[in-house]
Amino acid sequence: MKSASHYVLTCSGVAALIDVLREQGFRTLGPTVRDAAIVYDEIASLSDLPRGWTDEQGGGRYRLTRRSDEALFGYAVGPHSWKKFLHIPAQRLWRAEETTDGLRIDAELPAAEPLALIGVRACELQAIKIQDRVLLEGTYADPHYRARRDALFLVAVNCAEPGGTCFCASMNSGPKATSGYDLALTELAGDEEHRFVADVGSETGRQILAQLPHREATGEEVAAANGVVANAAQKMGRAIPAANQVPELLRRNLDHPRWDEVAARCLTCGNCTMACPTCFCTTVEENTSLDGVATEHVRHWDSCFTTDFSYIHGGSVRASPRSRYRQWMTHKLSTWWDQFGTSGCVGCGRCITWCPVGIDITEEIAAIREADSVAADQGG
Amino acid sequence: MVPVAARVSARRRETRDTWTLSIESGSSAYRPGQFSMLYAFGVGEIPVSLSGDPGGGGLLIHTVRAVGAVSQAVTRLRPGDWIGLRGPYGTAWPLEESRGNDVVVVAGGLGLAPLRPAIYRLFAEHERYGRIAVLYGTRSPADILFRREIERWRRRLEAEVEVTVDHADETWRGHVGVVTNLIARGGFDPDHTVAFVCGPEIMMRFSARALEAVGVAPERIFVSLERNMKCAVAQCGHCQLGPTLLCRDGPVMRYDRAEPLLTVREL
Amino acid sequence: MEVRGIDRLICEHPIFAGMIPEYCELIGGCAKNVRFDSGAYLFREGGPADEFFLVRHGRVALEIVAPGRGPLRFSTVNSGEIAGESWLIPPYRWLYDARALELTRAVSIDARCLREKAEENHDFGYEMMKRFMTMLVQRLHAAQLQMLDVYGSVT
Repeated sequence: MKSASHYVLTCSGVAALIDVLREQGFRTLGPTVRDAAIVYDEIASLSDLPRGWTDEQGGGRYRLTRRSDEALFGYAVGPHSWKKFLHIPAQRLWRAEETTDGLRIDAELPAAEPLALIGVRACELQAIKIQDRVLLEGTYADPHYRARRDALFLVAVNCAEPGGTCFCASMNSGPKATSGYDLALTELAGDEEHRFVADVGSETGRQILAQLPHREATGEEVAAANGVVANAAQKMGRAIPAANQVPELLRRNLDHPRWDEVAARCLTCGNCTMACPTCFCTTVEENTSLDGVATEHVRHWDSCFTTDFSYIHGGSVRASPRSRYRQWMTHKLSTWWDQFGTSGCVGCGRCITWCPVGIDITEEIAAIREADSVAADQGG
Repeated sequence: MVPVAARVSARRRETRDTWTLSIESGSSAYRPGQFSMLYAFGVGEIPVSLSGDPGGGGLLIHTVRAVGAVSQAVTRLRPGDWIGLRGPYGTAWPLEESRGNDVVVVAGGLGLAPLRPAIYRLFAEHERYGRIAVLYGTRSPADILFRREIERWRRRLEAEVEVTVDHADETWRGHVGVVTNLIARGGFDPDHTVAFVCGPEIMMRFSARALEAVGVAPERIFVSLERNMKCAVAQCGHCQLGPTLLCRDGPVMRYDRAEPLLTVREL
Repeated sequence: MEVRGIDRLICEHPIFAGMIPEYCELIGGCAKNVRFDSGAYLFREGGPADEFFLVRHGRVALEIVAPGRGPLRFSTVNSGEIAGESWLIPPYRWLYDARALELTRAVSIDARCLREKAEENHDFGYEMMKRFMTMLVQRLHAAQLQMLDVYGSVT
């Protein structure tokens, strides 16, 4: 059982955290403001963090606005998720060459650059666990994901406010980070001293913390931190109620008229799949050198919204937008359970925010529930 | 997850657009129904059913129809050429579990290829099974796969082999009509029969229905399903059919599980 | 007694041409008026074949779905014709989809009701069999001719 001790860092403690991690050879990645959004990228120091920034999010809407305080982590998740560093967008799998001795195939060796992820939300920790299940816990573990995953240092941050599209509470994936991190911080940026209540999640976390200026937290500080997170859980603007009944709900409603309704709005642009922290689908490309002597076989992110995704025997199985939207949503909330034993959704809200037409899966679930086929049969 | 370079040792044309390749391999054991990922240098990979004798012998045999860029490149390879190979992947025809039963093998078109390893096994261990029937339907006499072998199978005492075509010419003296007609003739004990069915999806649906019509329960019918496949290791998401991943939960699937998935349009 | 509207519709349908009014009334007791908007399904593959349709106006496509090739249309049923024959024999399950290509009005006949009445009244049942047998044999001949692919190469 974890030690009940909590600690306190100030902003200079967080600055030191970044420095210490970099000195130990980690590439430090975290939130930063760029292109009118808070994205995840390499950060070199405290000044790269989005101090005093927050976001307004809604269906198809994202705007950065200034906060009235100087919170470092006072925003909700943006367009990026950590999968861009773990299940990277382009991964070479092998190189091949025709030589005088025949065909030579060289597997790409997994590269293990140590990464420190700073500012990981509870929903994102859950998303990483979900991708771990897919990419590591089947019969074949992806060696590239394994190597990056093993060389990871995770600094979680507990949310003080839910974002405009968040619904992690009903998906049981937040707002409190409970496991899977090395250190977890809860920011207290009110009228008193700007500080962070820290919680150790691993031995490595403990060792890193020991090198930072810190002190033990008081009972009031721990209570304040818990209060901040509990408050966030109460303020969620959206939910999927009774989420554990959703797999069966979707299983019996594959021909629900709502699919036609959402299909009339969906552009099949695939933004949701790119922004979603758990979407893992990929395709492969064979890239030949100009002289045709050598090739690279590269794996890329793919999306089930493309017509090519389900191509077979001269056509696509899922030709209509209706069938492709249904595939994405039923996979995320229903068949992921059959395939991997967990939900595919962590309630982060990115698919709602980054959908150009603001399709909201919590609303879609509610609409299907309202005219559930089973209920209709029993009534009629 | 990375192919091994291997040599093509033999290439044989089966029909106008289908070839059988034999590939040398150190690890050549597999279970009937499984498939390999074949890699054509400079073009890409495709899943191809293993269609030969699963006993090993240092050769992995695959029957390929040339329909796209990769399959065309694969079918152009000649003995001595190199190819990339990984596998075997997927679920197998339930040969052990079917012992003691009559076995009806229903093949349509290219579907005979993934069934051939099972047929070899059934004949090799025929005393472990009851009646063995092979019912094969295809488009025309020119499209019949493994023709000489089918003649050899016909001569076996323990087997009943019937071939039918949709369109015949004057030289054809055999059955003309859909393969479900052969099923309807019946003559097997439905409570002790297991059926292995492979072919175009419509053909499998209709064949399963015809088997059910003569009393074979869906739990005793097995089909081999196909969808777009990229990784074959349950990590790319392409081969999904509802709750199943065909590279892992298929291609061979029991029909009571497959049927509700096959009747949802565009699943 | 006044003839009910639906009984008259049944008597007017070509398949029941020349049938005695008493039988039209028997069938009418199993029938109701239905309408399908363009694109609506009359029945789907795998569903229970509990009814069949006398098409009065419109057109119905008969289709089978193949993955990657979409719905394959192999026949159409026009006004004056019947949609559905799987209701005649066990296991009473539809083998294909039937979809309205345009606004279609039909008389839906409850197959179980009709089969029961045919069991009770064998004269009525034989009359039904003769008429439906004619329809089926004609359809079989037409299907065989369609299969020959006379316009294209056959090998």
